[in-house]
Formats: sequence, structure tokens, C-alpha cells
Amino acid sequence: MIKDLVQSAIDEESKPYWDGLKNEKLFIQYCDDCQQYIFYPRTICPHCFSEKIRWQESCGNGKIYSYTVVHQAFGPFKSEAPFVVGIIELDEGVRMMSRILGDKDQIAIDQEVSVVFQEVENDLVLPYFQVKEL
Amino acid sequence: MKSDRIAAIVGVAESDLGKTPGKNVLQLQAQAAKLALEDAGLTKNDIDAVFTAGNWAWAPNLMLAEYLGIQPKYTDSTNIGGSSFEAHVGHAVAGIKAGLFEVALITYGSTNKTNPSNSMFKSPLTAQYELPYGLPTPVGAYALAAMRHMHQFGTTSEQLAEIAVATRKWAALNEKAYMREPIAIEDVLNSRKIADPLHLLDCCLVTDGGGAVIVASSNVASKLNKKPVWILGHGESHSHNTIANMPDLTVTSAVESGKRAFEMAGISHDEIDVAEIYDSFTITVLLTLEALGFCKPGEGGAFVSGQRTAPGGDFPMNTNGGGLSYCHPGMYGIFLLIEAVRQLRGECSSRQVENAKLALVHGTGGVLSSTSTVILGGD
Ligand SMILES: [Zn+2]
Repeated sequence: MIKDLVQSAIDEESKPYWDGLKNEKLFIQYCDDCQQYIFYPRTICPHCFSEKIRWQESCGNGKIYSYTVVHQAFGPFKSEAPFVVGIIELDEGVRMMSRILGDKDQIAIDQEVSVVFQEVENDLVLPYFQVKEL
Repeated sequence: MKSDRIAAIVGVAESDLGKTPGKNVLQLQAQAAKLALEDAGLTKNDIDAVFTAGNWAWAPNLMLAEYLGIQPKYTDSTNIGGSSFEAHVGHAVAGIKAGLFEVALITYGSTNKTNPSNSMFKSPLTAQYELPYGLPTPVGAYALAAMRHMHQFGTTSEQLAEIAVATRKWAALNEKAYMREPIAIEDVLNSRKIADPLHLLDCCLVTDGGGAVIVASSNVASKLNKKPVWILGHGESHSHNTIANMPDLTVTSAVESGKRAFEMAGISHDEIDVAEIYDSFTITVLLTLEALGFCKPGEGGAFVSGQRTAPGGDFPMNTNGGGLSYCHPGMYGIFLLIEAVRQLRGECSSRQVENAKLALVHGTGGVLSSTSTVILGGD
């Protein structure tokens, strides 16, 4: 169960992020003091230590910073292999790990991607990224 | 200008390695500690500081020291993954310099092969943002770094394979090495893909094993039978925890840890006779060589080409066979120290690097997260 991997970690700090995904919104954070974006969710800015942080919906667009085709996976992912995991750099400048959807032989670093919301298990929605059509 | 000779490594040993069914992590550490004391010519009663790291207990130092019957006056359980033990060496020097203790025992033990649950625990917290995507840890994270390095600099799988092939040649000269059959570059490229671009033979072994290192003040070291191996320089740093938060996937914090170690030792790169560099994966070595400044960013592939790091090459590296072929019980860093000490003492018989006077030891932990560099010099 993929949900088991995250469920116990969800708390007041991360709940708005996970709730956002259920409503097909990708929430990141913005610091009003240093005007920089933040991911993953925190209650204190890792750039300037300000607590003037607010949630903001990401545009959901970005590009592939790196990726790998996973051939040997573990646990609940074992049967899904091969699949593509990558680090996405959102247009806002923050990076996040995600799955990349598309022809795995065509995927390349720097390709543009946009978010899609995938219900991977009942009540667990994840942001995946789809390679944009050229 | 050479640094002050404050402390030295005076004893080293491994426990049983490879598969050790029937032995737990405490037995392995006790076995290694006893052998390291014998190597040093010291007794248990000489130990007044205890250093260990691992995920096998709530407070590993408490459990280990009780098991060994030691009541230390100083203890340190800094856990920065595989680079912990190079950090422990640096911390031991600092403690000795401050006059807090004279003899420190550093140990590690793991049963990763036989009983992995003895060596692991889970703590989700910030991992919640990565775990649901199924990236196998740690190999998947290193694969992301390798892919980025290839994209940015044109590094090839053949160049990564050079490292695995050269390391296996050293393993063939070490009877304690787990994998000793020769391999060729094609064997690496044709081995099963784990996470692109890394193949099975780009990845370290999974074994059981323990090790121990004894650090002593110059006062104690100078009275012992074996020649001390002086700790000349140390540096450590860490840049991230999870791979998505690594500032640049091609640059590790060895840039910082290496710089400080060289500065403290007061030596230059071309004076290093032998390098023991954490090889959890072939890409780990490549990135480390660049970050330490043995070559420029992006030139690691060219640097290791032509079997330069193999026996007989002009950059002897990972002379015990490394984590790729000798042993890798999860947090490999202590074994790098053991091998460097043996090289500087001239105890390595057929794999001995001729006239080895200065060694660089570099640990890496997590997913390229932490680094710690130690420079050692023979007497
Ligand atoms: Zn800020």
C-alpha cells in the first residue's frame, strides 16, 4: 500500500498540501519576506527564517532536472517497473520528486512537463508530470 | 607546512565479513574492537572514548559500551551515514586536542546481508514528499545524479564502468574481498539495469561486516610498537538529506570537506599516494574526484579512463577492492580508514602501493548527502 508510506507522516504542517492534491491543486509555499518559493512545506522559511509563509497554487509547469528509469523496484512498486521517476524544476524555481508520464525512451532532461493529478489509491492523489506535446 | 601531530590511528581491524549468519551487530563490533586493540598493543582499559554509528539501536553508543564493558568519559554517535566514521576521526582529534580523552574506539557493525532489519529503521517526516514515487533508495538517487552528469558533461557508461573494473582488479589481490573474479567493461554494461544509467555492476555489494579503528593522542601513539598513522587533516560537510533537495546533482559537499582537509594537512593533491574513496556506486567516485579537486568539474570520466585507478595505474584508488567488490555492509566508511592505515604501514603485500606515505580517505553518506575527508600520513 503506497498510502501507508505517507499516511503516518501527514500532520498540521503537510495537511494543506495533501488536501490540495485531492482537489487537483498543487500547493507550494511563498515567503512574503524574502519573496522566494518553498517546497516541501515548512512553517519557517529555509531561505530567511521568516514565518511569513503562505500557500500558493503552483502553475504546475516545469522542466525535467533529472530522471531515471527504474528497472528494479521494491515494495508496492515492484510490479510497476519499469517506470520513470524524476526531479521536476517548477517554473516557480522549486524542485520536487515525481513520476514522469510519457514514452520512457523519449524522455530527456530539460523537457517541459506539466502536472497531472493521479489517484494512485483510494483517497491518495499524487502530482505526476506529463511530458508536453511538441 | 605540515599540520601538528596531535593524534594518530594506532589500531585497525575488520570483523568477519561477507555472510555472517549467527552473528549480530554487537558481536561483529566486539570482534573488530578486540582485534584492533591487539593490533595497537592496547587493552580495553586504555579506551576512554567511544564512537559508533548505526540504526541498530535507540542509542547505539549506550548499548555498545555496555556490551563491551566500557564506561567512557566521552562519546559521539554522529550519524551522517557512510561518512560517519571519517567524521568520528576528526571529532576524536578535536577531543584529544582539547584534552578530553586520550584513546578513542570507533566501531561499526551491520548484518545487512543476513538480517537487514537489524540495521534499518524508518522515519517518514520529510520523506513523505518522495516515498510515494517508488524511487529505490539509495540507488535511484545516485542514478538521478549520474543521468544529470551525463547530460551536462557527456560522461559515458563506459567511463563509469572503468571504475568498477579497476576496483575488481584490486579485489583480486585481497583475499578478504567478497567478489574477486575479473570483470571487463562489457560485463558492467551488459549487467542487469537497476536504475538508468546504473547497472548491477555499477552498484556496491550488500554484505555483513564490522570494523574498528583506534585513535590515540601523540603521547600514547609514540609509546606503541607499531608506527602511528598520523591524522593530518579533516573536513566534513553535508548539503541535503533527500535527493530532490541536492543543490546541484553533479557537485557534492566534498568541495568543502576536501578543501578543509587539504588546508589542515598543508599538502597538495599531487602529494597523495593512495586514495580510498567511498564507492557505493561508480558515480559516487566520479563526483567525489571532481569535488575534491583531483580533476575539474565534468572531467571525472576522462580522469578514470584507461584503468588509471587500477593496480599499476598512476592513481591507486580503493586498493582493498572497495564497496564495489570487497565488502559493503551499508555504512562503509570505516573500511576506507582501515585500508588506508594498512597501506601507510606497508602491510598490504601483493596490493601494496609502493612507497605510500600520504593517503586520502573520503566518506560519503546518504544520497550524496554528507561527506567527510581525512588525510593520513605515515610516520
Ligand atoms: Zn524567506
